[in-house]
Amino acid sequence: MKFGIVVSEGPYTHQASDSAYHFVKAALEAGHEVPRVFFYHDGVNVATSLSVPPQDERNIQQQWSAIAKDHGVDLVVCIAAAQRRGMLDENEAKRQGKDAHNIAEGFRISGLGQLIEMGIETDRLMTFGD
Amino acid sequence: MATLHTVNKSPFANQSLLSCLAHAKDGDTVLMIEDGVYGAASGTGLADAMVAMASRVALVALQPDLNARGIAAARLLDGIKTTDYAGFVELAASHDRTQAWL
Amino acid sequence: MEDDVKKFLYVNRKAPYGTIYALESLEVVLIGAAFDQDVSLAFLDDGVFQLTKSQDTKEIGVKNFSPTFRALGDYEVTKLYVEKESLDERGLTLDDLQEIMWEDEDDDYEEKPSIRIVSRAEMADVMADQDVILSF
Repeated sequence: MKFGIVVSEGPYTHQASDSAYHFVKAALEAGHEVPRVFFYHDGVNVATSLSVPPQDERNIQQQWSAIAKDHGVDLVVCIAAAQRRGMLDENEAKRQGKDAHNIAEGFRISGLGQLIEMGIETDRLMTFGD
Repeated sequence: MATLHTVNKSPFANQSLLSCLAHAKDGDTVLMIEDGVYGAASGTGLADAMVAMASRVALVALQPDLNARGIAAARLLDGIKTTDYAGFVELAASHDRTQAWL
Repeated sequence: MEDDVKKFLYVNRKAPYGTIYALESLEVVLIGAAFDQDVSLAFLDDGVFQLTKSQDTKEIGVKNFSPTFRALGDYEVTKLYVEKESLDERGLTLDDLQEIMWEDEDDDYEEKPSIRIVSRAEMADVMADQDVILSF
C-alpha cells in the first residue's frame, strides 16, 4: 500500500504531528510505502529549523528529518500556507527580501498541486489535524 | 467498500464523534485516536449511543492514546476493541478509504 | 472519463473567519481543479455557514473570500453538497445561501445550480462513494 499523509496542525500544540509520525513509522515497519507527507495549515510549522524543545521532550522536527533521511519520505511544506506563517526556505527568503530562512533539513517547499498528486498517486490518504 | 473513520477530539468538547457516527455506514470502522479515545469510556452520557452503534460499525480505540490518558481496559465500553499503531495501519490498508473527522 | 480519474471529496465542517480552514480548503479546491479529477465539495455541520450570503468582513479586516465560491463553476467544480439537517439545526434554508451556478456545456450552456441540498443519509452515501477524502 502507498500511504499519503497530511499533517495540518503545528508541532507541540496539537498531537496531530505526533500521531502522523507514529503512523508513518508503523506503516514503514510493516513494509508499506509512504512516498510523501504534506504539511498544510499550521502543519507547515513542523518544518522549522529553529525549534529548541526541552531536553527531555521529543524533537518533532528532528524526528521527521530522520524519517526523510532514512526512508526517503518526501516531506512537502505548502508554499502558500508557509508564506503566510513565515516559513521560508533560502530561495524564498531571497525572493521575498527576508533576512532569514528557517526550513529544516529534509523538508521542501512546494505547491498545493503536490497534495492533489499525492491523493492521485497513493492508495490511502490519511489526515492528522484538529 | 468500507470506510475507516478517525476521530481525534473528545466528544464532550466537540461534535465530531457524533457527526461521524451519524454518517458512518454499516460495516465501517470508527477509530478513536488522541482525545477521541475519551469516547470509548463506559458510564458517560454517550454510552447508550455508542453501544447502539456497536452493532452497525466496528468501534476501536487506539491503545497508546488510552494509556496516555490513564483509561484502563476495565473502563472501556463493552464492544469497543483496541489496537496499536500497527493495527491502525492495517485498518487503513484493509478499508477502501479513510476519512478524518477533525 | 479516463480510468485513472479519482473521486475527490473536500469535506467542510467549520465556520468561516474564526479559523482559516475554510479559506485554505478552498485554495486546495482551486489548485486541484487543474488535475481533472471528479471533484465534489461537502458542507455539513458548521461548514454550511461558509456558503451564506451577505458576508461583510470590512470591520474585522480579513478578506471576504465568499465570492470565490461563485467562480467554482468556471473551474468545473459543480457539485456542492449541502446537508439539510445541518442547515435546519442552524436555522438556515437554501434562501440564506449564495446562488452558485455553473454552465452545462452539454446542455446549451444552461445555467444550473451547483448547490445540491442532500439529507444526512444521502451525504453519507456521497462520502461512501469517494476515493479520496480531504478534511480541513
